[in-house]
Amino acid sequence: MYKIAVMGDYDSIYGFASLGLTTFPVETGTDPEEAAKKLHSIAESGYGVIYMTESLAALLEKEIARYADKLMPAVILIPGVRGNTGAGVAHVKKSVEQAVGSDILFSDNN
Amino acid sequence: MASTQVTPTRMELTRLKRKLVTAVKGHRLLKDKRDELMRQFLDLVREDMELRQKVEQGIKSANRNFVLAKAGMSEETLRAALMAPKQEVILKQDKKNVMSVDIPVFDYETRTADENDIYSYGFAFTSSDLDGAVKSLSDVFPDMLKLAEIEKSCQLMAAEIEKTRRRVNALEHVIIPETQEGIRYITMKLDENERSTQVRLMKVKDMMLEEAHRYSEK
Repeated sequence: MYKIAVMGDYDSIYGFASLGLTTFPVETGTDPEEAAKKLHSIAESGYGVIYMTESLAALLEKEIARYADKLMPAVILIPGVRGNTGAGVAHVKKSVEQAVGSDILFSDNN
Repeated sequence: MASTQVTPTRMELTRLKRKLVTAVKGHRLLKDKRDELMRQFLDLVREDMELRQKVEQGIKSANRNFVLAKAGMSEETLRAALMAPKQEVILKQDKKNVMSVDIPVFDYETRTADENDIYSYGFAFTSSDLDGAVKSLSDVFPDMLKLAEIEKSCQLMAAEIEKTRRRVNALEHVIIPETQEGIRYITMKLDENERSTQVRLMKVKDMMLEEAHRYSEK
């Protein structure tokens, strides 16, 4: 039995609390190290999926990569209230690139 | 490619031949694995992209609704309304094995069966926009979970494909040619040794005949 976490700035994520997901507000301008610590502590305390806003994920690229090859937790990027930065789509493209060698699927529609 | 030192003995030759057979077999298997993984990965990643676009669109409109809701009421009321959620999502995780890659399968359960429990507040002090916003977010949630499952699978499979591809290439371009080279070297060396033994024997025979019959003196 696992739980689902949502990380990001308060304005982007407060709605998820009503669905029953656990929200962890990390305000913009927080020290990346502190945010990383928070991410690791969440990852170790029984959360199977961590949704993270794209703007926060931009600060934590390296930390997120640590969980890329583990089965748990899945760190999934979602757009924040300030709009879509395209980081989520970029992540998908990156995994295509990793597998195939070059982005042969989505290179034409950006 | 004589970078690796091979001792030209029959034992070594047998060992190398056996190694070549294993390498070729392994190469064929890994290549099949890579192709099958790639086929599944491409299907999955296409689905992933579609779902992601759908989810991002859904979250975007939900966010817009939340901004509207926020505009219609005070910050304190809003925070208080969402402070103590009634509903809780319990995630059940299982795993599926696809070509020796473990990929997750997610399923979820809510603590209470009543779907109206997502509204964790009384309706007296909140704007109706908030209800709509919460509803729109809850509608997109099943897709979000599906996205998590598929995207994680994509990541795991991409890593495995990369690893397998490296192995296939290493076998194809390094291990197999090196072993073949080793086998060739040993065979040639052994043949050479055999010829030189032959020549030596002929020479010795000549010398012995010379000794016995003294051809040169006649």
